[in-house]
Amino acid sequence: MVLVYTSSPEGQLKKSAFEAVTYGYKAAQALGTEVVALTIGNVDNAGVLGQYGAGKVLNAAGAESFDSGVHAAVIAKVAEQIGASVVVMPDDSTGKSLLGRVAVRLDAGAVSGVKTLPDTSAGFVVKKNVFSGKAIVDYNINSDKKVLSIAGNTFPPEVVGGDVAVDAAGVDVPASRVRVKEVSTVKGTVPLPEAELVVSAGRGMKDPGNWGIIDELAGHLGATTACSRPVADVGWRPHHEHVGQTGVAIRPNLYIAIGISGAIQHLAGVNQSKTIVVINKDPEAPFFKAADYGIVGDLFEVVPRLNEAIKKFKAAN
Amino acid sequence: MKLLVCVSKTPDTTTKISFANNDTEFNTQGVQYIMNPYDEWYALVRALELKEATGGTVTTINVGSAANDTVIRKGLAIGADDAIRVDAPENCSTYYVARQIAEQAKAGAYDIVFFGKETIDYNGAQIGAMVAEMLDMPFISYATKMDIAGNTATISRDIEGGQEIVEVDTPFAISAAKGLAEQRIPNMRGIMMAKRKPLNVIPPVDVSEKVSVASYALPPEKKDCHYIDAEDMDKLVELLHSEAKVI
Ligand SMILES: Cc1cc2nc3c(=O)[nH]c(=O)nc-3n(C[C@H](O)[C@H](O)[C@H](O)COP(=O)(O)OP(=O)(O)OC[C@H]3O[C@@H](n4cnc5c(N)ncnc54)[C@H](O)[C@@H]3O)c2cc1C
Repeated sequence: MVLVYTSSPEGQLKKSAFEAVTYGYKAAQALGTEVVALTIGNVDNAGVLGQYGAGKVLNAAGAESFDSGVHAAVIAKVAEQIGASVVVMPDDSTGKSLLGRVAVRLDAGAVSGVKTLPDTSAGFVVKKNVFSGKAIVDYNINSDKKVLSIAGNTFPPEVVGGDVAVDAAGVDVPASRVRVKEVSTVKGTVPLPEAELVVSAGRGMKDPGNWGIIDELAGHLGATTACSRPVADVGWRPHHEHVGQTGVAIRPNLYIAIGISGAIQHLAGVNQSKTIVVINKDPEAPFFKAADYGIVGDLFEVVPRLNEAIKKFKAAN
Repeated sequence: MKLLVCVSKTPDTTTKISFANNDTEFNTQGVQYIMNPYDEWYALVRALELKEATGGTVTTINVGSAANDTVIRKGLAIGADDAIRVDAPENCSTYYVARQIAEQAKAGAYDIVFFGKETIDYNGAQIGAMVAEMLDMPFISYATKMDIAGNTATISRDIEGGQEIVEVDTPFAISAAKGLAEQRIPNMRGIMMAKRKPLNVIPPVDVSEKVSVASYALPPEKKDCHYIDAEDMDKLVELLHSEAKVI
């Protein structure tokens, strides 16, 4: 059996949950077994996980806020109950806080940030990017039980069926030792780690007052905004927008880098993006080596032109 | 308070990556190592600040070979009181490392065990959670702010698209993200003193490995950049739509 734990911040299932179930479904098919999805706490509409291949959806009520100790205990108990040999979770802040705990509880081998289905032709091998995307490693998990967290934006959710009923997981939920006082999330925009389209700008912007053209571009595209580190360090942009080795690592479908030189520490957080567009006035900027599409020019002329072009495109499509 | 900070070494980001032994090992020849930034800048410094404010000791722990002593001495130079190195081979798994740390942490009965949120080479983010489970401690990951009153900590942590504020009592484990503290550069006095501080080398406990590296590979070559005339943004939009299929 494959067990998929789907995180549900503020009671909502997100794309990462559907991706994890899609992964679990495909892995289960390859292993000749079935997939069970597990949600913890009060979750809206958990039965929808059936659409992505979950034959059964279980819910463990009683753990409303996140405590990695409590959640790991519940996941491990359910895994044992249903005889799961593989446990899958999203590679988000929740999944990453749980993976190691669940692995210890189940005496399982664990790999985080997995980007391929298991290859079982010689053992149980999964791939993951390491060294800031400069290498790929094949890990072989030798233990009977395996715990995996799945890299985001890698396995697009696929609908294969319909909603299923949600059953009680029927396990004890231990008392939490973590008291959650406050949860605040930015409303209205897709958080960076989940964003499919990202518009990012750096020191080439010269002044925080110039960000209007960036916000406009992001608005036309429905994209999330990001920035380079120096720009966040001097307070031109909020810290949560800082991408790179020491900021958020992202892998959107489209990353537009504007007035960013493409230092290796910046690339470390964005080079997994599927398509990279670079706008820079310096033809020698290192970012062009990582770009799919490059525009050499002054961003203060190019970006307004791009805004017009996108407006035109959106109106026609 | 007794504070334990887990520190690891990692290749500098600018390192050229190559492999040895039929692509089954990372080639360490000529690699420049640094202390993992999350461990050094945030976890260690926050532990030192806490000690300065409330008294106690800061011990660092590393699992690895004598080649790691330079990085460990840097931690002592920044201000840790003493260091433990569990003498282990280069290529042990995260589980192996976690087991060794848990063993020492248990023996030392620490109030807080600090980790960086992840290492910048393997980005595993697993060891903190593993050690916390082995010690049966609460684990607060991605911490960006921590205040302590008595034995209760109030911690802000990063979550997807926001922040969460939690309260937890010692003992607990915490993983440090940007914001938890400000980087400190060791001064001459610190560097001199570090030479005389204790670095205790301890043999590892036996662990059976659960995950092994089958092979390493370089990513596929990126195709050349397609340059587009800065005057012709309609062309870019067209390519993003019909070629890249991202809009
Ligand atoms: C340990 C460490 C960790 C780091 N982590 C990160 C990280 O996580 N993320 C990160 O981003 N950085 C990180 N850095 C910093 C990184 O090395 C670079 O310094 C930083 O990314 C540069 O930011 P930038 O590209 O915005 O600025 P710059 O390097 O100053 O580049 C500005 C670019 O804008 C272009 N430009 C200027 N004017 C115009 C114009 N009018 N039109 C078009 N283009 C223009 C210039 O040609 C230039 O290429 C880290 C550094 C270290 C040492």
